Amino acid sequence: MISIFGIPSQALFGQLLIGLINGSFYALLSLGLAVIFGMLNIINFTHGAQYMMGAFVAYLVLQYLGLNYWVALLIAPILVGLTGVIIERLFLKRLYQLDHLYGLLLTFGLALIIQGVFRNYYGSSGLPYQVPELLRGGQNLGFMFLPNYRAWVIFFSLVVCLGTWFVIERTRLGAYLRAATENPTLVRAFGINVPRMITLTYGFGVGLAAIAGVMAAPIYNVSPLMGEDIIIVVFAVVVIGGMGSIMGAIVTGFALGLIEGLTKVFFPEASNTVIFVIMAIVLLIRPAGLFGRAT
Amino acid sequence: MSDAASLLDVDGLQAWYGESHILHGVTFHVLPGEVVTLLGRNGAGKTTTLKSIMGIVGQRTGSVRFDGAELIGRTSDQIARAGLAFCPEERGIFASLNVEENLLLPPQVRPGGLDVAAIFTLFPNLKERLRSQGTKLSGGEQQMLAIGRILRTGARLLLLDEPTEGLAPVIIQQIGHTIRALKAQGFTILLVEQNFRFASTVADRYYIMEHGRVVEQFANAELEANLDKLHEYLGV
Repeated sequence: MISIFGIPSQALFGQLLIGLINGSFYALLSLGLAVIFGMLNIINFTHGAQYMMGAFVAYLVLQYLGLNYWVALLIAPILVGLTGVIIERLFLKRLYQLDHLYGLLLTFGLALIIQGVFRNYYGSSGLPYQVPELLRGGQNLGFMFLPNYRAWVIFFSLVVCLGTWFVIERTRLGAYLRAATENPTLVRAFGINVPRMITLTYGFGVGLAAIAGVMAAPIYNVSPLMGEDIIIVVFAVVVIGGMGSIMGAIVTGFALGLIEGLTKVFFPEASNTVIFVIMAIVLLIRPAGLFGRAT
Repeated sequence: MSDAASLLDVDGLQAWYGESHILHGVTFHVLPGEVVTLLGRNGAGKTTTLKSIMGIVGQRTGSVRFDGAELIGRTSDQIARAGLAFCPEERGIFASLNVEENLLLPPQVRPGGLDVAAIFTLFPNLKERLRSQGTKLSGGEQQMLAIGRILRTGARLLLLDEPTEGLAPVIIQQIGHTIRALKAQGFTILLVEQNFRFASTVADRYYIMEHGRVVEQFANAELEANLDKLHEYLGV
């Protein structure tokens, strides 16, 4: 067996793959948080619950309507995004003038309510969700075995992340978003309906969480608590990358997934804490985050 | 002072920032094709008047009629779509957008705006800097960008808040030249200025503001006769 630094290559690449998978979810989720924070100035603590709702939409439409994974990948972000639109219109829009703390309390409270409701009906043990038929099996790459579904998760996450980056950084719509992030009053005085743009941005960010949820369903099972577990790490990722930086969220998400995977190989005891250690170091050296602009 | 032919008719406009009452009944009008200047000391309420017309102060009462339609009660995006465009004192160039994106940002609200080529004719410097970050431009170029981008929108009334502030004399001359060119093309302009020497090169009429009210008005031809009064009001 080949070994690298005394570690069997199978184990190393296996953990790197797991790291990349986790990184795919970190990137998607922290991207949604960054988009929302940039535009709404609200730290969306409901994000984990919305990710979980995405996975549940996939589970429920399969159970009750017989709709498969691919359909779920399309309708989960729309449905969950719509609930986001309602939340923004009903609650969040009242908070923009207030301290950050209010947005944090509201979204955190909503997360607890949503998770509680799902736990009441579905318990806290996970519900199984099958890998879609098209993506079963895997490829033997020689140095490791790559399950098709995991390759798909990495690929699709990259596509969604880079697509979002492109829209925000390179299109007219994205220019409106960036400008409104800087000076919403002036953008509105140019004739753009900024409140509607804010609502749709929240819906979009939430939709990204739902996409991540659907993609996670076949890997982590569908459980009311799945969001709670991952969102703490994702918040650390966002802090490391820098609040509100789009590319920062994507790069940091993937990079920290990989670092976490590597830590599992070389120093397994630290694998659960390495991201928080990095967060502490980054906060000491660059409080605005690696990609953040100091304000 | 209401005039049936006015493009903009402001009557008894009051405005508040939170608890502070800034405008105490501002009344004036602007005829189509005119360049009208609001003069006054710092804090007289000139900028607040422009912002109140655009609907970007907290609370306002009274009447602002544009082309016969009441603007009080409308949101600022609706006001912009009625055909007004605002160039703020701090210029409002977006740092996260390049020059081209800044220029193309304000959406067209009516037909008849200048096309990009015409804007480059007015401000040739901008053409060289399209890929630069908006805030990397010099102060004068930023002011040109701030004025240039609202010319595309088709707005008929331009509200310019101290376009000469902090600029070198040669740039101020260029801005004056631009304002006269815009007037010749049929734009109506409401200008806020501290610099009445500059204003006298472009304005048709003046209103002097003090303590949130219009206290005096005269035409450009009457400027010399009113210089003493002007010095008194402006404290220069």
